[in-house]
Formats: sequence, C-alpha cells, structure tokens
Amino acid sequence: MEALLKVESVVKTFPGVKALDGVNLNIYQGEIHTLLGENGAGKSTLMNVLNGLYSPDSGTLRINGQPYIFRSPKDSIKAGIGMVHQHFMLVYNNTVFENILLAVSDLPFWLDKKKLRTRIKEILDRFSLHIELDEPIRKLSIGQQQWVELVKLLIRDCKVLILDEPTAVLTPQESDRLFGFLKQFKEEGRSVIFISHKMREVMELSDRVTVLKKGTTVKELIRGEFDETVLAGLMIGTDEIPVWEKDRKEFKETVLSIEHLFADKEKNMSDLIDFSLELRKGEILGIAGVAGNGQKTLAEVLTGLKPPVSGKIYAAGKDITNSDSRKAYIAGIAHVPEDRKSMGIAPEMSVDENLILKSYKEKPFRKFIFQNFKAIKENAEKQIADFAIKAGPKGTPIRLLSGGNIQKVIIARELSMRPSVLVALYPTRGLDMGSAEYVHKVIMDARKDDMSTIVISEDLDELLKLSDRIAVMFRGRITGIVEPEHTSREEIGLLMSGEAAQ
Amino acid sequence: MIRFEKRKDASKLFTAVAPFMSVLFALLTAALIMLFAGINPIAAYAGMIKESLGSFYGVSETLVKSTPLILTGLGVSIAFRMKIWNIGADGQLYMGAMGASYVALYSGLTGITGIAVMLFAAAVAGGLWAGVSGFLKAKANVNEIIVTLLMNYIAIAWVSYLVYGPWKDPSGFNFPLTPRFSPDLVLSTFFNTRLHTGFIIALALVAIVYIFMEKTVWGYEIKVIGNNPKAAKYAGISIDRKIIGVMFLSGALAGIAGFGEVAGVQGRLQEGISHGYGYTAIIVAWLAGRSAIGVLVVSVIMAVILVGGDSLQILMQLPVAFVNLFQGLILFFILASDFFIQNRPVIKRSGK
Ligand SMILES: Nc1ncnc2c1ncn2[C@@H]1O[C@H](COP(=O)(O)OP(=O)(O)OP(=O)(O)O)[C@@H](O)[C@H]1O
Ligand SMILES: [Mg+2]
Repeated sequence: MEALLKVESVVKTFPGVKALDGVNLNIYQGEIHTLLGENGAGKSTLMNVLNGLYSPDSGTLRINGQPYIFRSPKDSIKAGIGMVHQHFMLVYNNTVFENILLAVSDLPFWLDKKKLRTRIKEILDRFSLHIELDEPIRKLSIGQQQWVELVKLLIRDCKVLILDEPTAVLTPQESDRLFGFLKQFKEEGRSVIFISHKMREVMELSDRVTVLKKGTTVKELIRGEFDETVLAGLMIGTDEIPVWEKDRKEFKETVLSIEHLFADKEKNMSDLIDFSLELRKGEILGIAGVAGNGQKTLAEVLTGLKPPVSGKIYAAGKDITNSDSRKAYIAGIAHVPEDRKSMGIAPEMSVDENLILKSYKEKPFRKFIFQNFKAIKENAEKQIADFAIKAGPKGTPIRLLSGGNIQKVIIARELSMRPSVLVALYPTRGLDMGSAEYVHKVIMDARKDDMSTIVISEDLDELLKLSDRIAVMFRGRITGIVEPEHTSREEIGLLMSGEAAQ
Repeated sequence: MIRFEKRKDASKLFTAVAPFMSVLFALLTAALIMLFAGINPIAAYAGMIKESLGSFYGVSETLVKSTPLILTGLGVSIAFRMKIWNIGADGQLYMGAMGASYVALYSGLTGITGIAVMLFAAAVAGGLWAGVSGFLKAKANVNEIIVTLLMNYIAIAWVSYLVYGPWKDPSGFNFPLTPRFSPDLVLSTFFNTRLHTGFIIALALVAIVYIFMEKTVWGYEIKVIGNNPKAAKYAGISIDRKIIGVMFLSGALAGIAGFGEVAGVQGRLQEGISHGYGYTAIIVAWLAGRSAIGVLVVSVIMAVILVGGDSLQILMQLPVAFVNLFQGLILFFILASDFFIQNRPVIKRSGK
C-alpha cells in the first residue's frame, strides 16, 4: 500500500540548530500514527512543516504520490491536513459558532449561517460531542476548547489530523473521550498523527509508531512490533535512565500548615473551601484530583500570588498568609506554575536570564546594583548540563525552545534554589521519559536533604511512585488522605469524584 | 492576489536591517514627491548632506540638534523597554526647561552650583510631570498614552503663560521672552559654535543609561516586566513601583533636554523651544531598537535630516511642511517595516 502522506529527507535548520536532519515519515490511510521522541527531537517542527508554518530547507512532501509545497497553513488545510496546536487559536470573547465561522470564512457556504449551523450540528452528533454553539469560548473548559478546535478542522473534511501533545492539558476523562473520537475518526478511513510522551496512551492508540531522534527517523514500527520497552529502548538509545528509590523516612516537624483557608473562585475552577493541610519536613505530599478542583488556586495562595479570603498559612512557624510572592519565596517556597508559557518565563529573554528569574537579587547573581554575568553564565551552564536542556546557541530567546525544554528550564530554576518547600504543578507534563525520571530523582534527592514538596498532578502513576502521602482534592476540599502503599487507583478514583466523601 | 501570513521564523538579520530599509524607502518616496514638485532630488539630498556634515559649522549644528533628541530618545526608550508608551517627552522637555529657568531667574544661585541646581530642577520637573501618568497607570490603570499626550498641551500652555505673564522680560519690548540668564548660568560653548556642554552631558547619559539598562538588576527587572508582566509578578517584582520609577526617569531625561535648550541654546525661556523633539524621540527610540547606543546613532542621523531639511527651505525654496512630511514618511515606513517583520506577503497562485 502506498502512503497517503510521505515526508522524504526533510531538513529544517534554525539559526544554530538543525531541528530536522533528513527526517522520513509515512502516514497511511486509516491509521493512528504516533510520533515519539525526546524533548527537542524535532516533532513539533516536523508537524509545523506539514502544517505549512515552516518551509523546509530541503526534502519533499508527497500526498498520494504527488509532490506538494505548502507556503502557508491555508495550503496545508486545502490539501486536507489539519492541526490542533498545543496553544489553541481561539478568540476568547467570541462564541463557539463565531469561532468556527472565522475558520471557514473562505468556504462557499460561509454566508449561509443556517446551513453552517446544521453542518456543525451534524458533526457534533456524529461524534456525540456536547458543545453549546452560542457559549463564549472563555466559559468552556480546556477539554471543550479542544473540541472546538477539532470541529474547526472537521468542517473542512480533513484527511489527516495532527495533534501535538493534545493530552498534556486534558484530564484523564477528557483524554479518554478524545481517544474514543480519534478511533472513530480512524474508522472513517482518515488518519491521525498523534504526539505524546505518555507510554500508556501511545500503547493504547497507535497503529504505527515513528521514533525520532535528533531530527532523524530512527525506526518505524507497526502494531505488534512494539511494546513499552522496545519503544523506550529506541527513544533513549544508549543514554542512561536515571535511577532512584524511595527510602522509608520518619516525619516529625511541620514546615507548612494551612488552616481553614478560603480563597476566591476563578474562571473554571473551584475556590478553596475551609481547606486545611499539614506538610511535614522532608515529605513529598501528592495532591490528586481532576484539574480545576482548586489545585491552581492552592498553589497560588501558597506562593503568595493570590491573597486568601480568610484562613492562615504558617511556614516554619511564621505567618506568611499575606506576604507577597517575594517574601514568601524568601521564606523558602518555590513554585513550578501550571501555565509555563504565560507565567513561568519571560519569553523573549535568554535561557540564562530565565534561569535566574527567581533569584536575580540573591547573592552570586548580583554584585551591589550590578548583575554578575559570570555567575549567571556559570549557573546556566550547570543547569543546562544537569537537566540536559537543549537550549540552542547562546542568547537564544527561551520561547524558541521546544515545549519540554522550556519546562525543564523552569524546573531546573526552581530546584536549583534549594528551597525548603517546593510547590510543583504537573512537574513532568510534556517531559520525555528520561527527563521525567531525572526530575523525579532530583526531587527525591532534595527530599533526602529535607526539602518538602507538594506535587500536584493528575498522573496517578507519578503520584503513587513519588509521594509519601496523597491528598485527594474535589471541589476545593480534601476528600481523603491516603498512603501509596495502602491504597489503590480505584480508591483514589472514588475520592477524586467526590463519591467517598464522608 | 497578495495576502499576508504570520511569520514564525523571521531572521535576526532581517529584523535588524528592516528599519534602515524603511528609511531608504522614505528617502525614495520623498524623492518622488520632489520630482513632482520639479526639484532635482539628488541635488536636494546632496545639499542636505553638505549643509549638515560638509563643514565644521554644519557638523556643530547637527550635534546641537542631536542633543535634545538623544536625551528625549533615551527617556522614551527606557519606558518603551517596559512597554510603557511615553509620548509626552515634549511636554516633559518644556517642564524641564521651566524648572531650570525658575532656578536661573529667581534662585539667586550663581556659577557651577547654579547650573547644577538648574540641571537637577529640570530633571525633577520633567520626572514629576511624567510621574503623574506613571502613578495613574500603576494605581488606576489609566492609559499612559492619552495622559502623556494631553499633558504635553498643558506643559506648553504653562510655558506660554509664564513668558507672556509673570516671567516676561520687563525690558524686552513686550516680546514673550524671559530675561536672559546671567552669563555664568549659560552653558559654555565650544570653538565659537553653538555646540554646548549639554552635548557632553547627553553623551555621559548615554553611557549611564546603557549601563543602567544592560548591566544592573533594575535593567533586568524592566526587561522582565516589559516582556511578561505575569512572570514579573511571579518573580516577586513589584510592578507598580517600577512603572512609577521608570516613568519618572523617562521624564527626567526629557527634562534635562529642556535644561540643555534653555541653558545651552537660548539662554532664556521662550515659546517653541522644542521643535517637536519629544515626538521625533519616538521615532528615534523605535529605530534604535530601544538601545542606548542605538539612540545616540539614530539621533545624529535624525539631526542630519533636520538640519539638512532646514537648509532645503533656503536652498530649494521648499516649505517647512516638506521637512515635516519627510519625517512623517519615515515614521510611516518604520511602522510598515514592523508589519513586514511580523508578516510575510504570499503571492497566491491561481490553480492549486
Ligand atoms: N523557531 C525556532 N527557532 C529556533 N530554534 C527552534 C525553533 N523551533 C524549534 N527550534 C529548536 O529545534 C529543536 C526541535 O524542536 P521541537 O519543538 O520540534 O522539539 P519537539 O520534538 O517538539 O520537543 P518537545 O517534546 O519538547 O515538544 C529544538 O532544539 C528547538 O530548540
Ligand atoms: Mg513539541
């Protein structure tokens, strides 16, 4: 069988970086094809080539054997390729319908809104999606917004659907629904290109896997030829996977105590309601729960970015309830934020500068009123080496790094501060296997040095592996606290849905 | 058909060269207009260069004009770095001139002390004037563009009131001028030209602002705020205080420009001491890419255009409006170049 979409020895260089170095990819009709590779392997770049955003330096692109050149995303969409970007391209104050209308403004039936409406309704019915067409986008959950992006593509009848790490921002339930949709989409004889770092998802979905490494194709495998170990082996090659284990520990001292905290509601999330929790010295406390149940509010209140309505927070006995973020930080709380691009980095500034965002005022990085550029550079070199960050040539603005590498910069920065308390939201989201393990190892090492960590995550595997205790959140409250050794995924699942609430 | 696509991979070289290309386009367009007016553009441009750079006196005049541009350009750049749009440098220049003149006329101070206090008063007056909009922006999120722009008119009106009224020279035949400053309060000039110490002060401030923006912790904070205010808050930077502080500095630099004009060029306060320097400063800051060294280079280039443009009036019998048109063209093309850096034109082929 001939490939529907064929990428042959495509090369794409950016100043100082060869992102794609002769990559090959074959997408066949009616398959879900997963792209696998380390952070910075070139997956997103390749997808942007298929999407017409980047034009390759060399190499060819064929659809049904015909060579194609895409000059813009519109050309690509016309050829039947649609892409959902990791950052959605929606107009937040407009309604779902208006957003879809915007996307199809050059289709023949664009004037006939009634016809378009029925068309959209048909699609929604076919995949049994529930979206209110007249709701403004900002009122939708992230998962629903993703559906809107999908409908924008489906209405054009696309043959190949590209999803770049779609599940990174979805709850497990939303992911399952997306997978159901993708399988149905495939049954209709169309193809999906899917990118994910989560092995569980890759195994569940993929008919074919292409492994990329450093901008080249390592191997193409079909279902039956691969399992998790084979794929991990191909991806990591001869690199070592960091190993760590959790030793038993006794916890006595309390470093952080939250007492009867109430905090305001923000869009799409519950507030905190009479929330109390104790974090002990040297402990890793996992917080499980479906996103949007108050986790982000909790992190922002703890790190001083958001004032609570009432209640108290004590760090090492000191009342830090009303201090601003800097003071809280000096009291020793580090924060890996949920929204890495909009809060965690200054996108136009260099990696070196971003690595000191939290500590630019502290000692080695400041001499009197001046910045100590030597110390800043040395720090960057160390972090880049330790966390294997692919940072590009010196001075590259951080926004040009791959998603996973941006996440690594944030984590490296927060951990290098040797905080006494770390609040990490989805710390390994978007990281490849090796990097995720490394981050776990660093957190574990810091635990030996008595750092206390609050890990907020939806990945139960991660929480069960890492935590000393797991607190489960539902609608702004804690529904239970369990120990990983004496619990099950089922028990946590029940607590997460609020059903086991006493 | 041509349409525009967002560019995702604009190269550094292109980004750096584009503004200068736009100046070139402006020159070409102005040349076309001159052709229509029956003037030989090559002769006109040659005349401009000769007047502004072809003689010792011409060069000195160019540097005199560049002085207020450097100072206001630096001020506007500092604010631009933080994505604060100070378009009120003109008004801040007038307030600075007013502050310096008050000290010169009424403080009774003399000599170097007098000059130092004049400089200080000018900086404070300009700084406070700009600080108002900084304060409103920080505390009530009032748009600084509107506030700074409107305050220009107020500042100019104040100066007019003073020179027509209370500060008018009693022995000045009723002209709207203050008395001359005492000679020891006028900046010394070089080699019998109008080039005054204010130019040296401007050069020193280029160096200081460069160090401030590139080497200090504050410069870093300003960059972070300009780049992503949310990240700045997350990093524990107090944004409100920085906005007010930066706006003050921005206005203080423009105020010093006003000091240079009254103490160096005019020797008194009068109407129209700024020939729109505060507005030209916006073009300067933009072209300079908000860098201090860039401001120095671009200011001198702009001064060549201003001095040369003035000479066109005499040489080619062109009206003043033409010089203004010329500047407007440059601004227009710079904005266009910014658009082309962000977007690329795509020629749509029929067929596929
Ligand atoms: N516009 C750009 N300019 C410069 N370098 C870039 C640009 N886009 C990507 N790169 C570089 O190209 C390499 C590949 O990046 P890409 O985003 O394709 O990685 P990825 O496989 O998607 O990684 P991740 O799993 O982290 O998302 C990285 O080293 C990145 O820094
Ligand atoms: Mg990517």
